[in-house]
Amino acid sequence: MSSVLQLLLEGEHLNTAQMAQVLGMSESEIEAELTRLKAEEIFLGWRPVLNPDRAQENVVRAVIEVKISPERDGGFDRLATRIARFDAVESCFLMSGGYDLLVFAVGKDLREVASFVSERLSTVEGVLSTATHFMLRAYKEQGYLLLSPSEREDKPAVSP
Amino acid sequence: MSDNGQHFVADHVAGLPRSGIRDFFSIVAAMPQAISLGIGEPDFVTPWHIREAAIFALEKGKTSYTDNLGLIRLRREISSYVENNFGISYHPETDVLVAVGVSEALDIALRAVLNPGDKVLYHEPCYVSYSPSIVLAHAQPIAVGTSAEDQFGIDPERVEAAWEPGCKVLMLNFPTNPTGGVTERAKLERLAKFAIEKDLLVISDEIYSELTFEGEHTSIASLPGMQERTIFLHGFSKAFAMTGFRIGYACGPKPLIEAMMKVHQYSMLCAPILSQEAAIEALKNGAPAVAKMKEQYHRRRDLIVRRFNEAGLDCHSPKGSFYAFPSIQSTGLDSLNFCKGLLDEEEVAVVPGTAFGPSGAGFARASFSTSYERIIEATDRVERYVEKLSKRA
Ligand SMILES: Cc1ncc(COP(=O)(O)O)c(C=O)c1O
Repeated sequence: MSSVLQLLLEGEHLNTAQMAQVLGMSESEIEAELTRLKAEEIFLGWRPVLNPDRAQENVVRAVIEVKISPERDGGFDRLATRIARFDAVESCFLMSGGYDLLVFAVGKDLREVASFVSERLSTVEGVLSTATHFMLRAYKEQGYLLLSPSEREDKPAVSP
Repeated sequence: MSDNGQHFVADHVAGLPRSGIRDFFSIVAAMPQAISLGIGEPDFVTPWHIREAAIFALEKGKTSYTDNLGLIRLRREISSYVENNFGISYHPETDVLVAVGVSEALDIALRAVLNPGDKVLYHEPCYVSYSPSIVLAHAQPIAVGTSAEDQFGIDPERVEAAWEPGCKVLMLNFPTNPTGGVTERAKLERLAKFAIEKDLLVISDEIYSELTFEGEHTSIASLPGMQERTIFLHGFSKAFAMTGFRIGYACGPKPLIEAMMKVHQYSMLCAPILSQEAAIEALKNGAPAVAKMKEQYHRRRDLIVRRFNEAGLDCHSPKGSFYAFPSIQSTGLDSLNFCKGLLDEEEVAVVPGTAFGPSGAGFARASFSTSYERIIEATDRVERYVEKLSKRA
């Protein structure tokens, strides 16, 4: 794995100048590597990770189990992509088991998500059924624990 | 008497110096905004699966004493861990003792083997407890200096030259706190030969061994003829980020472990059972977490060493541990004044090399057990400070 990618995955937020320092590379080398990773669609982009309970007061999130009928050419891909294109869809995965797609959707309130499901999603030709579950509370968001008490407050600043 | 009880303090305790680190700590403690590179412990929290095992043990009501030597399940895990990673085979029933950190293991090892007046060779700069622990065991410490030219590995010739009649023990710590020094196999072999020739017992503190970044760590106990004259000390504080659990262990020949057991039994009874349960989990399933932390230490080391050298401080690349030990001699200041000035003017805390013995003079210890961002900010400030000093000179 590229060292730039490894550093990104470690999760400490660094700008390109700091990344250059850590890896002993020049800033332009870092930029070039990021450009390559993007060009090869390995690294897709940046998004802030927010605490949904604090930052997004007016957001409702749901996971939707969707059954669809596969097509002779391309299986699930065309329909899945079609569904994934909706703005309300944050993520979309093909699953094994009792349904086909797991769709993560957002809306500003319950009604908006409900109308996305009933008016947009279920009416796509090939969608056989949907089951919607609304999220109540987040405990961990993309690697960040949300309810952990702050740790390590008692650690001395100098120790042997 | 009006000395508040001072006259009750034993002479050999009254004579001990306060740890240089403690003095420095009081200054730093009053400056919460300072960036500290003075921390001698991992910045990582103990991996969750290990903490979880401790919680589970508590839930199950594991709140009792254990066997004095430690839980046999833990001693079996230790035995196979040491066999697999160090190539030394210890019997879990008789050759392994679980202690309250390497700190306790070291103390009881010294107390178990030293008679008053015995002499102990150790290399310096070294961990702050070594010399006081020897003195507390009524023995006499003999320091052997290590130097930057050898990247703070030990030079067997200097050990041989320092030897004198009455020497009973040779203490080793590789990788070394505070220098990150390691000693290559050939030199360890020569030391081993010397130990056999002079009938020395070796106490080898290998607490940083997992954090070896280059080459393979060799334990002196694994060399021919050495297992029978070595007490191998290891623990969980550093590689597994378990400092607060206070758990470590000693492995050695049965009679020595038995002697240590007596001291341990009457002074400590046993290590805390929750920590022992956590340690079992650490040995069974902790390797991936250790590898991940080590990878980060490695990158941090490369960063801090490069930055110190760019800042004008000569700094060798430590082959292990999480400490860099740059020379501050180019600044013309002594260790303590360099560190005090750095703290006053730039609010960065590093520990004066002299806290680790007189041979640390001219150096400072900077722990890279902290985030990249802090390392970058701290070394930028060091660079500014060194520049200011050179203009003043
Ligand atoms: C060389 C060395 N030995 C022993 C210890 C103490 O370890 P423990 O936490 O296992 O008592 C330390 C801690 O800093 C150390 O650096």
